[in-house]
Amino acid sequence: MNSIRINKKKYTVDVDSEMPLLWFLRDHVGLTGTKYGCGVAQCGACVVHLDGEAVRSCVTKMKRAIGKEVITIEGLSEHGDHPLQLAWKEVDVPQCGYCHAGQIMSAAVLLRERPDPTDQDIDDAMTGNICRCGTYSRIRKAIHHAAELQKQKG
Amino acid sequence: MELYKEKRPLGKIRFTVTLSVIALFLIGIVSAFSEEASYAATSGGIYAAVKKDSVKSVNAFKKVYAVLQSPRCMNCHPRGDIPLQGDDNRLHAMFPKRGADGKGILAMKCTNCHQTENTVGLKTPPGSPEWHLPAATMKMVFQGRSAHELAKQLVDPKQNGNKNLKALIAHADDGLVKWGWNPGEGRTSPPISHAEFKEAWITWLTTGAYAPKQ
Repeated sequence: MNSIRINKKKYTVDVDSEMPLLWFLRDHVGLTGTKYGCGVAQCGACVVHLDGEAVRSCVTKMKRAIGKEVITIEGLSEHGDHPLQLAWKEVDVPQCGYCHAGQIMSAAVLLRERPDPTDQDIDDAMTGNICRCGTYSRIRKAIHHAAELQKQKG
Repeated sequence: MELYKEKRPLGKIRFTVTLSVIALFLIGIVSAFSEEASYAATSGGIYAAVKKDSVKSVNAFKKVYAVLQSPRCMNCHPRGDIPLQGDDNRLHAMFPKRGADGKGILAMKCTNCHQTENTVGLKTPPGSPEWHLPAATMKMVFQGRSAHELAKQLVDPKQNGNKNLKALIAHADDGLVKWGWNPGEGRTSPPISHAEFKEAWITWLTTGAYAPKQ
């Protein structure tokens, strides 16, 4: 039987292999932190990590995800204390909050690869995540702050 | 007899003049292709086992060029580091960047959205295994290149990833190249079939890869 690891837990996959990963996460596993936005990889609300890459789960089919490691917003940290999550709270980034699981998951890849990102790095990494409330300036501020927290944490 | 003797020198002159005219005509033809000829001669080992035919080569390249300038090919061979999209070659939404390996950067890797096959529906990400742009060290720009410039660039080992004739011919069957003829909904295919393109591509390469005149 096919299996997948989600947030360090193994799940058996008994769904159509053409099903989007997002459907599996939300409807079969019950992880509803990842949001459905556009459904065509244009907005970034559904970003999760698939073997460490910030994929859009609305267009990623189960056949690609089977056998791989998925991390969702619920699994980014054990106690909700990833530097980005702490910074997001401290800066009070969200307005409606709908896009922010995707924003944070994209930012997590950025911080992993660029621990001390410049504004240009942030623009380059976050350009695919849309926020209808326009919280971009707070997102930028929080990412810089998270980089500081990450450094302090060592 | 005297009359006959007088006519023979005249005949020699006519013969000489005729030969000269033919020679001048041939020189004219050769010089008309001098640019292509010198290019072919200076392009090194890639032309081993090639039967040179500048006219046939340049004619074949017209077809090749029409394909390479079509949106399906040009969109991943942009002038800058942001891919293009659509039949109007507009900048890719979200402005993803090429990255060193051509596969995007940070949270904006090509395959984060582009799958191994086209996503069903209009305005959805097209897909093929190994979706990427040319690497930063070998950008292989198509956008804005004249036929002359593109022909020279394609066979220049310094610009084509050090591809030899065999590798260039094989590239016609690259999965991402062939995707151009299976582009998914709402995207036009190149102007000729893949088989016609491949034939023209091989003809162009094996007749000397002559660059059309500027």
